[in-house]
Amino acid sequence: MLQIPTWKRVLIIGIVLVGLLYAMPNLFYQRVETHNDAITAAERAGFETPEQAAARSLWPDWLPATLVNLGLDLRGGAHLLGEVNVEEVYASRMTALWPELRDALAAQRDVVGAVRRVPGPPDQLHVEIGNPDQMARAVEIVRGLATPVVSVSGAGTSSLDITAQGATMIVQLSEAERAATDDRTVQQSLEIVRRRVDEVGTREPTIQRQGQDRILIQVPGIGSAEELKELIGTTAKLTFNPVVGRGTDPNVQAGLGNIVVPAMEEPGVYYTLAEAPVVTGEDLTDARPSFDPNGQPAVDFRFGPQGARRFGAYTAANVGQPFAIVLDNQVISAPVIRQAIPGGNGQISGAMTVDESTQLAVLLRAGALPAEMTFLEERTIGPELGQDSIDAGTKAATIATVLVVGYIVASYGLFGAFASAAVIINVILILAIMGAMGATLTLPGIAGIVLTVGTAVDANVIIYERIREELRAGKRVVKAIDDGFNEAMSAIIDANVTTFIAALVMFFLGSGPVKGFAVTLVIGIATSVFTAIYLTRLMIVVWLERRRPASLVL
Amino acid sequence: MAFRLKLVPDNTKIDFFRWQWLTAGISGLAMVASVIIILTMGLNFGIDFKGGTTIRAESSTEFSVAEYRDALDGLDLGDVSITEVFDPGFGPDRHVAQIRIGTTNDTGSVTPEELNRIESALRAVDPNVTFAAIESVGPKVSDELIKTALYAVGAATIGILFYIWLRFEWQFAVGAVTALVHDVLVTVGIFSLFQLRFDLTTIAALLTILGYSVNDTVVVFDRLRENLIKFKTMPLIDVMNLTVNETLSRTVMTAVTTALALAALLIWGGDVIRNFVFAMFLGVFIGAYSTVYLAKSVVLWLGVRRDWSKSEKIAKAERDELSGTPFQDTP
Repeated sequence: MLQIPTWKRVLIIGIVLVGLLYAMPNLFYQRVETHNDAITAAERAGFETPEQAAARSLWPDWLPATLVNLGLDLRGGAHLLGEVNVEEVYASRMTALWPELRDALAAQRDVVGAVRRVPGPPDQLHVEIGNPDQMARAVEIVRGLATPVVSVSGAGTSSLDITAQGATMIVQLSEAERAATDDRTVQQSLEIVRRRVDEVGTREPTIQRQGQDRILIQVPGIGSAEELKELIGTTAKLTFNPVVGRGTDPNVQAGLGNIVVPAMEEPGVYYTLAEAPVVTGEDLTDARPSFDPNGQPAVDFRFGPQGARRFGAYTAANVGQPFAIVLDNQVISAPVIRQAIPGGNGQISGAMTVDESTQLAVLLRAGALPAEMTFLEERTIGPELGQDSIDAGTKAATIATVLVVGYIVASYGLFGAFASAAVIINVILILAIMGAMGATLTLPGIAGIVLTVGTAVDANVIIYERIREELRAGKRVVKAIDDGFNEAMSAIIDANVTTFIAALVMFFLGSGPVKGFAVTLVIGIATSVFTAIYLTRLMIVVWLERRRPASLVL
Repeated sequence: MAFRLKLVPDNTKIDFFRWQWLTAGISGLAMVASVIIILTMGLNFGIDFKGGTTIRAESSTEFSVAEYRDALDGLDLGDVSITEVFDPGFGPDRHVAQIRIGTTNDTGSVTPEELNRIESALRAVDPNVTFAAIESVGPKVSDELIKTALYAVGAATIGILFYIWLRFEWQFAVGAVTALVHDVLVTVGIFSLFQLRFDLTTIAALLTILGYSVNDTVVVFDRLRENLIKFKTMPLIDVMNLTVNETLSRTVMTAVTTALALAALLIWGGDVIRNFVFAMFLGVFIGAYSTVYLAKSVVLWLGVRRDWSKSEKIAKAERDELSGTPFQDTP
C-alpha cells in the first residue's frame, strides 16, 4: 500500500491543483462577480459597452471564474413560496365552454328544446333544457364536445364529466382533466413568473416548482419580499370587453353572460360588461411604457396579426360604442370607439406613475398568470445582515481552523501538520466543487464546513491512532504505517457511509436551511475521504521515501 | 523525544463496565426525563413549525422592549413576543430585537397591510429602527414542515439502522440506534428545558448529531468486531473493555477537534446560527458519552454470537492471522 505509482501521484496532486485553481476566484469575490456580471450583461445585449469591458478586465479571461453562490441568508434578498389557486382555471374553462355548448345544443333545438344556463357553482355548468325526456340525446351532444385527456395517468378518459338531474344537465371537468389542467396551470405560472423576474433582471433567481401546485421563488438582492410579491402576485389579466352598461350599483342584475366590474379610478362606478372578451392580453406582442398626449405616463401595446384583425373588425362594427380595458377585474378605462382601429396598436392611460407604467408594461409583456397565487411563506433578509453573517462565519471558520490545526500538530507533530494541510485543502476543495456544481452556500452551510473541519481530521485520527498502536506492538516504521492505513480503512468507510446516509436524507427530505447544510456535508464527506486517505498518505509516503526513518514517534 | 499532547495516556485500562448500571441508569433517566420535560413543557417552536412572523429589528439607539410591546399591543395582532438579542460582536450602537407574531390567518403568510402597520408602529416609537430580516410562514406550510422534519429524522434513523445491521450483527444495530435515540432525545430535552427556539435549523443539527453519534459508535464497533475475531475465548465484557480503551484516544481526540471547531462558531459565528451550533455542540458531548457508556452496554446485554467460524468473516480472521503479529495487548 505504500508504493504509490507515479500516475496516481500525478492524479492526486492534479486534483488538488485543479481544486485550488477553481476555488481561488472566491478570494476575489467582488472582482470576479463584477467580471461575470459584465459578461452576462454583454451577452444579453449582444454588444459590450466600455464600462462592461472595463468590468470584464478586472479578472483575466483565461482564469476560472467560478464562484460559490451565496444563499439569501448571506447575500440578502427575498424568498417566496406561492401556491397557485388551480381551481380558478376550472371556472374559466366552464365559462369558455358555455358559448360552444349553447351553439351545439341550439343546432338541435327541435329535439332538445330551449337551452338555458342556470346558476350553479363556478366550476360547474348547469344547463336546463326544454325537453327533459330528450336528456340522453342532449348529454350525447355535449359529450361530443369533450376531448380525450392528454396526460400519462388519465390517457383515454373524457375531459368532461356530465350528469343529468331532471331537466338540468351538470357539466364539469373530469377528475383526470382536472389533474392535467392543474399541471398545465402550474407549469404556465412557473413560466410566467420566470419571465417576469427575468424582465427585472436580477442576478440568478431561483424559480422552481415544489410539489403539486407550489412555486418557490428566491431572488437575491431584491429589497423585500413585498416588492417581489407585487411583481409576481399580480395576475395581470388584460381583456378588452364590450360595455353593456354603466352605473353605481355593484349588485345590479347583469344578465347571463355579463359581468359587473368596478372602475379603477372612479370610486363607486360599476360597469356591466359582456363576459366574453374581444381580445385578451394573450394577443399582445409588445407593451412599452410611454406617455399619453397630455404627458401622463401610459403603456403602448401592440397586438399580433390575429388579435389585430379581431380588434379591427370589432371596432369597425361598433363605432360610437364604448369598450372597456379590464385589468385584473377592474376597468382601467372605457373609451368610446371613434373610428375603426385596424393597425393593432393602442395605448392604456390612466392615473399611474412612471414606475407603475413600467411595471404594467413588464407584466403585460410577460403575460398573465393563469390563476392567482396565495403566498404561504415569505422571507426577507437585508443585505447588511447577510454581510454580518459572512463576516462572523469567516472569522469563526478561521479561528476554528487555527484551533484545530494547533491541537492536531500538538498531538501528532509532523503527521499532524500533514493532516492539517489535508484539512485546509479539504475546505478549499469543498468550495471548488460547490462553485463548479453551482451549489449554494448558506449560513448553516458555513457551519457544515466548520463541522467538516472538525470531523475530517477524524479519518486521520483513526489512522494515526492505529499507527501508534502498531508501533507500540513493536512493528517497524514502514510496516506500522502500512498496517495503520489498512486496518483503519473499514472504520473510516463505515463511519463516513453512516454520516452520508444522514446527509442524503437531509438533502432529499429537507428544505431551505436543511438542504443547504446537507449539500456542504455531502461534498465535505467525499472530499474529506479523498484528503484523509489519498492526500495524507501521499505526503507520508513522500516523507518516508526522503527520510527513511528508522524510528518514529507519533 | 518529541513533545506530544496526549489527553488520553497510552494503554489505558479503565473498566468501563464497573459502573455500568450507574452510567446506563443516568442515560435511561436522562431519556425518561427528556420525554417528560418535552411532554410537559413543550418545545419553543419557531415559525417554521408553528406559523407566524418574525421581524429582526435593529436600531442604533437603545430601545426598551416594553416600548416596542406597547407600540404593537394596539394593533390587535394576537400573540406577540419581543426578545432582545445580545451578541459579543455587536458594537455599542447596535441594538437588536427579535419580534415574533403569531399567525393571523389560516393558510398564508403575513399580509402586506399588516406588515405595513407593524413597521410604521415601530417607526413611530423608534425612528432609527431598521428591519434587517422579516420571515413569515403560513400555518399550512408549517404543518407540512414539521411532518417532513419528523420523516427526515425517522428515515435517517432507519437508514442507519439498516446499514449497521448489514455491516455488523443486529445487536450492534440495536446498540447504535439506542445510542442515537438517546442523543437526539436528550438534546431535544435540553432544548425544551431551556425553551430554546426549535426550528428547521435545529432539525439539521439533530440530523448531524445523528450522523456524528453513529460515526463515533461505528468506529468502536468496528474495532469490537475485529477484537471479537482475534480473542475468541475472552469474555465478551473484557473484549469490550479492551476495545473501548483502545479507541478511547481517538474518541476523545475527535470529540475535542469537533468541539473546538464548534466552540469557535458558538463564540464568533454570530447570533443568527447560535441555536443551531449550540445543538451540535451539545450533541458532540452527549454522543461521545453514549458511545463509551451506552451503545456497547446494549450490545453486552443482548449478547452477541461468538462463533464467527460459520460466517464469511472467517476469511478475514485468517487474513489477519497471516498478516502479522496478532494483537498482544491483553489486559
